[in-house]
Formats: sequence, structure tokens, C-alpha cells
Amino acid sequence: MATATGIHHRTYRSELRLRTTKAEYFRLALMLVLLLAAPYILDKYWLGIANVILISVIGAVGLNILVGFTGQISLGQGGFLAVGAFTSAIISDRAGVPVPISIAIAVIMTAAVGAFFGLPALRLKGLYLAIATLASQEIIMFVVRRWEWLTEGKGYLEVNRLQVGGFEVERRMFEVQWYWILLALAILAVVVARNLFRTTLGRSFMAVRDQDIAAEAIGVNITRAKVTAFAVSSGFVGLAGALTAHYTETVTWERFTLDVSVLYLAMIIVGGLGSIAGAVYGAIFMGLLPALLTELVDVLGSSVPALSDQLPALKNAVFGIAIIVFLLVEPRGLDRIWTRMKDYIRFWPFRY
Amino acid sequence: MNTLISLTVYGLSDGALLALAALGFVLIYKATRVINFAQGEFLLVGAYMFYTAFVVMRLPLIFAAVFGVLVAIVLGVVVERFVLRPLIGEHAISVIMVTIGLSAVLRAIIQIFFGTAVREQPPILPTGTIQVAGATVPLNRLIVIGVAAIVLFAFTAFFQKSRHGVAMRAVADDQQAALTMGISVKRIFSLAWILAAISALIAGVLLADLSAVEQGIAAFGLMVFPVVILGGLDSVPGTVVGGLVIGLLKQYVSGYADPGLAEVIPYIVLVAILIVRPYGIFGETRIERV
Repeated sequence: MATATGIHHRTYRSELRLRTTKAEYFRLALMLVLLLAAPYILDKYWLGIANVILISVIGAVGLNILVGFTGQISLGQGGFLAVGAFTSAIISDRAGVPVPISIAIAVIMTAAVGAFFGLPALRLKGLYLAIATLASQEIIMFVVRRWEWLTEGKGYLEVNRLQVGGFEVERRMFEVQWYWILLALAILAVVVARNLFRTTLGRSFMAVRDQDIAAEAIGVNITRAKVTAFAVSSGFVGLAGALTAHYTETVTWERFTLDVSVLYLAMIIVGGLGSIAGAVYGAIFMGLLPALLTELVDVLGSSVPALSDQLPALKNAVFGIAIIVFLLVEPRGLDRIWTRMKDYIRFWPFRY
Repeated sequence: MNTLISLTVYGLSDGALLALAALGFVLIYKATRVINFAQGEFLLVGAYMFYTAFVVMRLPLIFAAVFGVLVAIVLGVVVERFVLRPLIGEHAISVIMVTIGLSAVLRAIIQIFFGTAVREQPPILPTGTIQVAGATVPLNRLIVIGVAAIVLFAFTAFFQKSRHGVAMRAVADDQQAALTMGISVKRIFSLAWILAAISALIAGVLLADLSAVEQGIAAFGLMVFPVVILGGLDSVPGTVVGGLVIGLLKQYVSGYADPGLAEVIPYIVLVAILIVRPYGIFGETRIERV
């Protein structure tokens, strides 16, 4: 129960619940209504942005499991996305396997690749690990660019329009139908990730993050925790990659460069490390930022024509400034800001 | 034989530039334990500032160099004071991300003022060729090796002999002890960033002279990682060995095997080194105590 002085649990059951106050249920309902209404309110352009955001929600949640919850820095996100995208596209189109199965295979494949590239994490920590994952990113990119079998020498892959059983995505309703598919999968990813950290496995991830040597002393199998964290995280990323492939219907290596890894890291930094909700906020923030900036420049462009020529550079600048400002002002991200706002209202008129 | 010699000269000059770029990186890491992902952008800023002074403002070479150094000092101080200092003691992820953010901002600033087109800059170093053991090699590559050697030697002498250099080594060794001996750790941190910016300026200008003044200079910064991992993250001599090895390796692979493979071979070396000997050839092995 929420009282003016905070939430006081009286049973273990209530403490373990994901939501404890009426306000939380109300906000959940409000959010659901908004999500369900979105395709009827938004036009195609904004719905397209929403779809891209939904995919990056899955990827960001996956990355946050690794970076935010297990404390293993990864700059290899782009490479893992590429593994998921190419696997699913090739299996579904060339082998004729139904798309849901090909996506599932892509998830497993990416998890395996992630676990493999996570092996250096057993010996390396922090900065060294970051550099090792940078290398894995570059090596995966090299394989993707140079292995001609992947794209049959074209340099890119065309993916068939999504077709499951008798259902095929229509051209006219493209964004709307994809919105429902991606929304369902994004919610699934969030729920799975949220519940992962209520299990022993998830708790062992957090123990490794907080102090790995102490975790080992109390009986956490660090080797297993680290490798599983890489595998689980990469599984989510592989799902995001596979969905990118089927949604955009083309797969090229340009979509998976180091900049993408950095973008995803920025999402979880801005949203909040070690928070599933934070990963969602961060994905939304980083997805909307360039779109809103474009709108702003369009409005101002009539009076300051030079501005629209500088749009790409401005996007870069705002991106960098957003990262720096969040790290300096609120290192725990949007999630922490939101929590503080809620607390302020809940405890009012008391300060805490 | 001719191919071998020219590849060696190209490799050594690339390696010398890598060593210079890596030097700044190592200085920062040694003194402040910060991994600077913006090292390539420091090269970029250095090259464009020199270009501004030398070509746009038409200053003589020496004044252009002074202008570049002044900008490098300001850049180093501002970045250290306003971006990195508030993050002292924060988690490694935050520190890495802030330098990545910084790299995006620096690149964007250069893009806003100079655009993405390649800029023409008259050659600073002589452009002729010279016969070495029957092979024709460009003179400017040889001079780059010489300049880099002098700069690296000067930096080494600075650390061995000068008061500030010794203070820097003391801070790198043990901050607490250095503080109690009356060394201003803050000032040493600033100094490390200034020196890094200056070495990046030299590397950037030389690199621009060999290739062109363009945004691609920033990409050179990523190659620093294999170099420092090979040499050891906190070792100045390691940067020279690492730089030369990576430079030569890239040229040999590119010349004898496949130019595409040359781009990725340093990273394969990096992974191998990390697995076999994570602290590099000259790096200090640190034992973690609980």
C-alpha cells in the first residue's frame, strides 16, 4: 500500500510483486491504452519510427542485460545484430523455412555466437573487455562484408515480404501490421527480461556485476553466469536483428557498424543502466531524437536556411551532447529521473 | 625485394604515426585510467586546426604549428576539466561512453565548420622520392619516421628528466602517495590530456600530409587499440613496438595477401594477445585485491 511515507511491505509475497500501488496499475493501463490506440492516431511516417523504436527496445533490453545487469561492457552489439539478421534472412528465404522458425534459429545462433565472443570475458574485465568486444565487432563485420556466400556476391540481401502461414503483410497496411507484430514481441521481450531478474540466474548476473570475487565466494558460478549473460543478451539482440531484416526487407552490412553498437550503448546510458524500463525509455529517446530534430530544423529552416544543410552534423552533435550531459548530470538516466518525479508526488508534502 | 622495401617503409611510417597517436592514449590511461575513445578525433581536430592556420589564415608554418599547439592545450584542458573530471571514480562504462560522446561532438563540430569534402593543403614535407637499396620510396614517409622518432624521444626524455614528467610517473604509480608528496594530481591530469592532444596534433598533421585533410583521419584512431593492447596499455615504449608491429603487419598483409584482410588483421592480433597475454608485451601486470 502506498502511504504518504512510502511503501511498506508486510509479507514477502507483496515485496516480490512487480507492481504494488494502485497508481502503478493505473499507469500500466494508461500505457496499454496508448499503445493500442497508436496505430489509429499516428500516420505512416510516425508509425514507421514507432516500429524502429520497438525493434530497438528489444535490442536495448538485451544489451542492458549484459552491460547494465552483468557489468560486462560490450561494443559488439552491431555485429550480433548482423548475425541475427543474416541468419534469419538466409534461412527463411533460401531454405524456405517458415519465418517464425527462422527467427527462432537466428536467436539461438546469435546466442551461440555471443557466448563464443563472450569467452574473453572470463579472463578480462572492464576496459580490456570493451576493447575485446570492439575487436569482435570488427571481425564479424569483416566476415559479413567479405564472405560472398552470404549475399551471393551482391553485397546486400533482399528479404521476401513477411509471410506466415496464409497471412502476408499487405503493402497498404504495412506499418500497421508490423506495429502489432513488433509490439507483441517487444512486450514479450520486456516481460521475459523483467522476470529474468527475479530468478536465481538473473540474481547471479547482478552479483557478478556488483563484485565478482565476492559473488564467487558465496558460491555463484562466475563462468556460467558470464557466458550465460552473453548468450541471453545476444539472444535478444539476435531477435532484434532478425526483425530488422524482415521489417526493412534488405540486409546490408552498413546497418550494423560500430556506430550502431555505440547508439545502443547510448540508449541504455540515457535510459538507465541496470533497468529494463530504462532500456525502453532510452530506445524511445534515441529513436525520437533524430526525428524531432529533423522536425525542428524543418520549422526553423525557413528562416535559417543554413541549418538544414547541417542536419547530419547537428544530429551527431546532439547525440554526443545527450550522452555527455546524461553521464554528467544524471548517470542513472531517464529511469532515475522518472522515479524521482514519482517519489516527489507520492510523498508530497513531505520531501522524502 | 623492391616491394618488400617499399612496404617496409610504408609500414614503418604508418607504425610511427600509430605510435604517436597511441602515445597520447597511453599518457591519458597511465595518468588518469581513462580509455580515450576520442583519440582519433583529437587527430582530426589537430589536423583541421593546423589546416585553418596554415591554409585559411595563411600563417607561416611555424606560427601555424604554434596555433595548433595552443588549440590542443585548450582542448586538453577543457575536456579534462569539464568532461572527465566530474566522472572520476565512476564505473568504466560511464568513462568509456563519455569519451565516445565526446568523439561524436568533436566530429560534428569539425563537420559543421568544414563540411565533409576533402580539403586541399599544400605539402609540408618534401614530396620527392629517394632510392633505397634499389627501391623508390617517397621521401615524406621517411621524414615522418624521423619526426615521430624525435617526438617519441622527446617525450621519453621529458618523463625521465623533467620535474613534471617525474611527477606524472609518480601519479601513474600511486595517486595517494603522489598527493602526500605535494604533487597536484589535478594538474597532472590536465597535463596528461594536454600532452595527449599535442601528440595527437603532430600525428594528425603528419597523417594529413601523407593522405589528405578529411574526416577519415578520425578512423585512424580505432587502430590505436590493437597497438596499445599489443604494447601494453600503460607502457610508453610499448606504443613504439606495438605501433611499428601493427603498421608493418598491415602493410605486409595488404601488399602480399589482401587489402581487406589488412583492415581486420590488427583486431585478430588484438584478440590473440588478449587471450595469451592480456597485459601486452610491456604492460604492468596488476593483481586485483579484494
